[in-house]
Amino acid sequence: MAKRIDVSGLSAFYGGFRAIDDISMTVEPRTVTAFIGPSGCGKSTFLRTLNRMHEVTPGGRVEGKVLLDDENLYGSGVDPVSVRRTVGMVFQRPNPFPTMSIYDNVAAGLRLNGRRRKSELDAIVEKSLTGANLWNEVKDRLNKPGAGLSGGQQQRLCIARAIAVEPDVLLMDEPCSALDPISTLAIEDLIGELKERFTIVIVTHNMQQAARVSDRTAFFNLAAVGKPGKLIEIDETERIFSNPSVQATEDYISGRFG
Amino acid sequence: MSHTASDLGARHRGSAIARNRLPKWTPLAIAAGAVVVGIGIGAGAGLDSHVQWGLIALILFVAGNYVVTRVADGPRQAKDRVATSLVYACFILAIIPLYSLIETTIAKGVKVLDGNFLGHSMSGVLGTQPGGGVYHAIIGTLEQVGIATVIAVPIGVFTAIYLVEYGKGALAKAITFFVDVMTGIPSIVAGLFILSFWILILGFGFSGFAGALALTILMMPIIVRSTEEMLKLVPNELREASYALGVPKWRTIVSIVVPTSIGGIITGVVLAIARIAGETAPVLLLVFGSQVINNDPFEGPQSSLPFYIYEQYNLGNPAAYDRAWAAALVLIILVMILNLIARGIARWKAPKTSGR
Amino acid sequence: MDTTQTAEAPPPSPPQPPADLDQGVQQRPVLRVGDRLFLAFSGGSGILLLVVMAAIAGFLTYRAVNAISQDHGNFLTTFEWNTGVTPPVFGIAVLAFGTIVSSIIAMAIAVPVSIGIALFITHYAHRRVASPLAYLVDLLAAVPSIVYGLWGALFLVPHMNGLDLWLDKYFGWTYIFDQSAPGSAARSLFTVSILLAIMIIPIITNVSREVFRQVPRMHEEAALALGATRWEVIRLSVLPFARSGIISASMLGLGRALGETMAVATVLSSSSVLSLHLLDPQGGTFAQNIAAHFGEATDFGRDALIAGGLVLFVITLIVNGAARLIIARRKEYSGASA
Repeated sequence: MAKRIDVSGLSAFYGGFRAIDDISMTVEPRTVTAFIGPSGCGKSTFLRTLNRMHEVTPGGRVEGKVLLDDENLYGSGVDPVSVRRTVGMVFQRPNPFPTMSIYDNVAAGLRLNGRRRKSELDAIVEKSLTGANLWNEVKDRLNKPGAGLSGGQQQRLCIARAIAVEPDVLLMDEPCSALDPISTLAIEDLIGELKERFTIVIVTHNMQQAARVSDRTAFFNLAAVGKPGKLIEIDETERIFSNPSVQATEDYISGRFG
Repeated sequence: MSHTASDLGARHRGSAIARNRLPKWTPLAIAAGAVVVGIGIGAGAGLDSHVQWGLIALILFVAGNYVVTRVADGPRQAKDRVATSLVYACFILAIIPLYSLIETTIAKGVKVLDGNFLGHSMSGVLGTQPGGGVYHAIIGTLEQVGIATVIAVPIGVFTAIYLVEYGKGALAKAITFFVDVMTGIPSIVAGLFILSFWILILGFGFSGFAGALALTILMMPIIVRSTEEMLKLVPNELREASYALGVPKWRTIVSIVVPTSIGGIITGVVLAIARIAGETAPVLLLVFGSQVINNDPFEGPQSSLPFYIYEQYNLGNPAAYDRAWAAALVLIILVMILNLIARGIARWKAPKTSGR
Repeated sequence: MDTTQTAEAPPPSPPQPPADLDQGVQQRPVLRVGDRLFLAFSGGSGILLLVVMAAIAGFLTYRAVNAISQDHGNFLTTFEWNTGVTPPVFGIAVLAFGTIVSSIIAMAIAVPVSIGIALFITHYAHRRVASPLAYLVDLLAAVPSIVYGLWGALFLVPHMNGLDLWLDKYFGWTYIFDQSAPGSAARSLFTVSILLAIMIIPIITNVSREVFRQVPRMHEEAALALGATRWEVIRLSVLPFARSGIISASMLGLGRALGETMAVATVLSSSSVLSLHLLDPQGGTFAQNIAAHFGEATDFGRDALIAGGLVLFVITLIVNGAARLIIARRKEYSGASA
């Protein structure tokens, strides 16, 4: 079920501004790929092109191809809604639906797809919450508002919500940047478990995190402010952190800039 | 992996990523078709009400959209389409009368609107005759609204300052609650209050001032609300920075808090003025109405623009209707100008943290 | 005030309520003159507002009691409004019915349409269309009600005839839409309701649009990322978040509709008939009744009108209170906590 992503010649725009330029890469199924790079280098923008969320931003536009296995997400007539069903996303700040209970939050995506049978929903909700390592903490208060949980729990709730619909790919946009170290650790452990089932792409500002969780790491950079961001290199995480092939990557990782 | 997951998988993996099978112009085509069929049925069945034609077309459009999308793309897309159609329909449905209101007022209002109309009162003009003007009504409106503003603005602004800068206890809660309640007072009730208090109990006569008092009651809560909102937008850091410099609280308010939010406060005041300038009911009860120019708001009956419109409408003859429309146009223009001024100030003095 | 002096003294706090802004600063019992004056001014203004509010309730009640005590009809159930005769006979049955029915119909039309327009502006229309549109609705909300009244009486009433006849022909069986005299002028409660709806649509739209715009982007993206269609995003994120805002907006509109005087006074051909035939020119509302009878009213008649005004006042109070309760009850699930 996890799928391969093949990006070729992808550029994204905000109105007339080219935010990322001509990016090509391949993401293997059942791996974790981390995107690192200085602020404003377009890694989040690029992530959002992978499930067609970029075009939701006013003025957002994309050129190029993203193949999910062999299907182009930007092919003519493709319904962005179904793309997002297939490629799940977890955001920087936990964003459970504030008006919904924990249960309803997890079930939200399933209900959209017309699954209404209580027993079936119950099973998937439990499975997803268990998958997000949250079940034991919330099983007694499934009907309480999701917004009442702690930040780390909320983020895991969002992960449960995303995996409940069984996507092929899970995108994570700095999922730990708003969390404390203990919650961060919990999420990182979770990512390690989730990669058994999903293709995971994660944007992070924290290089240790990239080193800890990812199999491959992509380094993004931009020549100057106002210039588009580019993919500098992508390689095995170990190599990127020990012996990168580009000088800029090494400078960034060793803290000489960014 | 449990069977639920895999069968869910199969369901979606089968078709992989869904494609919209309908071209983008489909809704437009359905709309055109619905209109044609609607007219066809309407004309064919000899229905004489055009409302009916429109209704048939609308129902056909929504139903057609639903069916076509459902067949091609599935129920979710169909629901989405229907929601979209309904939202558009709401918009069109509402824009027709609102447009007509503006259009009619302008078209009929310009007939007698000229310098003569603006510069003369109704003194010596028979209600059934053409001629006469709104000068006395404009004077009345300006004076009444002016007086109301002079009274309401300080009270309203200071109350808001109290609520934001000092208010914590039961008094603040009570004020907040009653300001909310006051916002909902119908204008005619405010008029009745001044009537019972000022005229029936204290024994004063009808005057522009009495009307202004009622307008004050209507204006105060609006100003409290808008000023409160604006003061709340001033970041606490600014106040703390000022305290840290040893500036006393009242000077902090006067020289930091209020100037920071002055644009918003003035905008609120201007909008409140625009709002009360159109109030008719209190004027009807308290100012009594007059055909002649009375420059003294404290003595004797006056007129006002909204009252004048009502009065002319009640005369019920074409010449009076023309005057009513013209006065309505004058009133709308006045309110629009106030609105534009308010917007101008808001934009000019906007805090740098621009929203979305 | 000289600077050295101000520099020495820490900012004083108001005496009794523990001031949130001055945390950590020693509280001094002595207030400087400027502060004391300022507190007196601002607190005084607030108290003045309360006094005015109490006075409104007090004076209206005083005059109203005077009138009702001399009423030889039942104030609540009498249909006619005869204050000029001895003994006076008047009651609010027709007025209460007219006010409530016209407001309910107006709300039933205006609320869904307004939500639709607000959604159109915030979520459907292209940005280039949306902002002038928002501006237009803004301006329409500011158009004085007397102008709506004039337009309603001179333009809407004649144009309602067709619709009335049609409703009578096809929906006459509902009783409500049955016209006693088909083709009579549309100066009816139904026309009033339509006019009130048209009048409050811009108001409700304006507030709802503001609320829709404040829905945090991340909630909408959460729904989008689950693969929700535009409508599902609205249903999952926008409407729940905006619910209490929509209720306040509607209550604002309802308040306007209940208390609207001029638009009703110009359109309605009033009479003391209470009937569910909404298309017939008859009935009345509180505010319209005051405007219509005020001119010829005696001193006693004015007191009677004040009694009617008091009932209207109480109704608006109840509506406001109800809205507040609904909003407070939904706090637990409100978006503010996220």
